[in-house]
Amino acid sequence: MLSPIILIPAILNGLLTGAVYALVALGLTLIYGVLHIINFAHGALLTIAMFAALFCYTLFKLDPYLAAIGLTPLFFCLGYALQRFVIGPAAHGEDRNILLVTLGLSVVIENALLYAFRADTRTVNLPYGFDVVQVGPAFLSVPRVIGFCVVIAVALALWLIMRFTDTGKAIRAVAKEKLGAELSGINVAHIYAVTFGLGTACLAIAACLLLPTYYVNPHAGNAFVLIAFTIVVLGGMGSVAGALVGGLIIGVIESLSGLYLGESLGQIGIFVLFILVLLFRPSGLFGARA
Amino acid sequence: MRSYATIALVVALLALVPFVTASNVVLNFMVVALLIALVGQGWNVLGGYGGQYSFGHAAFFGTGAYVTAILQVRYGVNAWIGLAIGVAAGALVGAVIGALSFRSGLRGSYFALVTLAFAEVLRVIASVAPITGAGVGTLIKLDLRPEAFQFQSRAPFYWIILAFVAISLLLVQRIEKSRFGAYLVAVRENEDAARAVGIDVFRVKLAAMTLSAAITAAGGCFYAQYFLFLDAGIAYGPWISVEALLAPIIGGIGTVFGPLLGALVVKSLGEATKLVTGDAPGLDLVIYGGVLVLVVAFAPRGTAGLFESARKLLRRRERTHA
Repeated sequence: MLSPIILIPAILNGLLTGAVYALVALGLTLIYGVLHIINFAHGALLTIAMFAALFCYTLFKLDPYLAAIGLTPLFFCLGYALQRFVIGPAAHGEDRNILLVTLGLSVVIENALLYAFRADTRTVNLPYGFDVVQVGPAFLSVPRVIGFCVVIAVALALWLIMRFTDTGKAIRAVAKEKLGAELSGINVAHIYAVTFGLGTACLAIAACLLLPTYYVNPHAGNAFVLIAFTIVVLGGMGSVAGALVGGLIIGVIESLSGLYLGESLGQIGIFVLFILVLLFRPSGLFGARA
Repeated sequence: MRSYATIALVVALLALVPFVTASNVVLNFMVVALLIALVGQGWNVLGGYGGQYSFGHAAFFGTGAYVTAILQVRYGVNAWIGLAIGVAAGALVGAVIGALSFRSGLRGSYFALVTLAFAEVLRVIASVAPITGAGVGTLIKLDLRPEAFQFQSRAPFYWIILAFVAISLLLVQRIEKSRFGAYLVAVRENEDAARAVGIDVFRVKLAAMTLSAAITAAGGCFYAQYFLFLDAGIAYGPWISVEALLAPIIGGIGTVFGPLLGALVVKSLGEATKLVTGDAPGLDLVIYGGVLVLVVAFAPRGTAGLFESARKLLRRRERTHA
């Protein structure tokens, strides 16, 4: 057993990492909850967002946190357009087709980025990139603490949107009963696209939060995809609160299994957990039994 | 009988390729295309006929490849025996993953996800386990004897992979006309209805997955012998999972010739892109992904479906002219 001096920082760091995972998963679970599709292009879209944030910084000297303000609406539009004009029409409403279309999109995006920017790994050097703050026995990286707070704020905002706006009400209606929603005058294609846009906007924020402490390359987003799937499945497909809690749990598990098993085998902990959850409790910890 | 004659004719025509050209470029292209056709045929059994979309066929490909390679390199086992054991090992992995996921009732997206996760677990293990050579990879020693499943020229390799493809075509043709094939299609079209009429859905899916894994593993074994080098990214990487489903979907999902046709189309497209743009990394895959989206959007029954529609259109036109 390790002493609390090592354990507590590991857990706190896990929570901070987990928050960003949760944000990526939030987008995924939102899309799943409403459209009932698994968006295999999620990781690739995150990679695009990371490149966008990177270029905002290298070309315009725009701080990632400021860039988030511009990139979030931009990615909302991107997601909206993708669903409305590409995924929706191409899939003919068949689940299997949606799987393939989003898989195809992810292959296109990832390799277009590879072609344009090569496999080089890029990082940014921000003045505050290595700042730390002491919490009890732990030294926590400032950008990641900021990230944690932003994620909580975004989750709250999302919850408020879903709860109190007309669009949110429409989204919930479509998620519950698509035909009924359509009959009461809700434009389902529009709501689908709005949901997809919201999910993509979450990625833009996640990318900006990641940039100060993470690297960017054409495969960077992939590292998050299976983790995000795990969180979504763990938290229950479509559950916003589940994604948040699931993300934090996964962050801690990753941090601890990295501590005990070493860096590369530590990844396996997540995959194994993922498979176990899928096999034994596919409805997740918070989801209703299917 | 006519369908078997078609298979014989196609295979016979393909067998003539090495007599027409001795060009290594052409033969290499054909070998890779046929390899993808074989791997895709494996996917087609489960995904095309059974409707279970796997995103992790790399798990079987890689297992076949690694088992063949490791048996030879570390235990001095003959390559042909290694091939047989590799195929069996791939089938076993398929049976285990299938039993686990079908037992817990995973369908659709969940099944795609869990297969993807299994492939990734195997990839991570292979990238650190000492027996696979970890990061360095596994190199099969050059031993150019037919007994060692290695040949001086490419033509024998070509005929062997063609024979594999021929066997897979015959197998799938047989399945299509068999009771088992009918069960499989019933499961694809409506699993609950299939169960209601008394089909043992679990056993049908499990059998399809085991066979599918065995066919794909054979592709992996061949890959190891042909390229003589493996690492975790090659054997268990997502690229092969994508190619495995691309070929049948583009060629015509759930058809006997779909994977072969699709593999030829996809590989030709890849080569054409390389001719136009030079050897740029990633661009051929951009084209594959784009084609995948376009096929799903506009030709859901693949290239074979396009031919069919064109033929119908022509026939209708002839009739109106007559």
